[in-house]
Amino acid sequence: MNLLNCKDCLKEISSYLDGEMEPDLKRHLEEHLSLCHHCQVVFDSARKTIELYCDGRLFPLPLEVRERLHRALRRRWEEKAS
Amino acid sequence: MTESSPVVPRKDDSVLVTEAKAGNYAAFEELVSRYEKKIYRLGLNLTGNPEDAEDVLQEAFLKAFAHLAEFREDARFYTWLVRIAINEGLMKLRKRRSDKSVPIEDAVGEEGEIIPREFTDWKPNPEQLYAQGEMETILQNAAQGLSPGFRAVFLLRDVEGLSTEETAQLLNLTEGAVKARLFRARLQLREGLSKVFKRG
Repeated sequence: MNLLNCKDCLKEISSYLDGEMEPDLKRHLEEHLSLCHHCQVVFDSARKTIELYCDGRLFPLPLEVRERLHRALRRRWEEKAS
Repeated sequence: MTESSPVVPRKDDSVLVTEAKAGNYAAFEELVSRYEKKIYRLGLNLTGNPEDAEDVLQEAFLKAFAHLAEFREDARFYTWLVRIAINEGLMKLRKRRSDKSVPIEDAVGEEGEIIPREFTDWKPNPEQLYAQGEMETILQNAAQGLSPGFRAVFLLRDVEGLSTEETAQLLNLTEGAVKARLFRARLQLREGLSKVFKRG
């Protein structure tokens, strides 16, 4: 018997995303997700949200910013060495 | 007999740190090159502003350089670097906020219900539907909708991959508070992005 309702499911979604869940609770949650479209959408889009922020192609380091950084570090290194 | 590979094996961070401490600038520069992009992204997502992100980047590496001798090599170099960068970023936000008399601490506590309102499936592969600049703006706008304390937890846990324990130590929070903030941050971001990415 599945004892989870949508409210319970939502409370556990973050733990489920982290893979930190007791097997019994995980089974109940997965059963609920398989039957509840709304909770499935919340879970899928939360996972996708994290994936988007981790996408290494986004937010590239501009070349001029990189060059200024390396110049500043090189200058500091040389000051220390002298 | 197999041919020997021309590829030079990648040195561990700990080896590079030891070499840098001994005065090898190339080793330090290699560490910078490994993590500069990630630290810039962290600064950008935290502050929402390219100028502040560049300051965070420079200050983080300059401080790492200045304090390298104090770095204990039983810790991960990257975690140490992130600690410096997030503190720089939060200081910047505090300074910015103090001008407006708005505290950086979150007006919204960890308690309280989050009620999702967007239940429409997302368009498939939204990242392929937007130009890179558009996608970055969408993500930044959503992140800036979070209070700084929640944003920092999300970035450290979900983007930088720090553990709950590391994040708690770094932000001076309990592990329970980190989990509660992460939960809210994920759902709030999801809610914001869902408005943009939902199927039309």
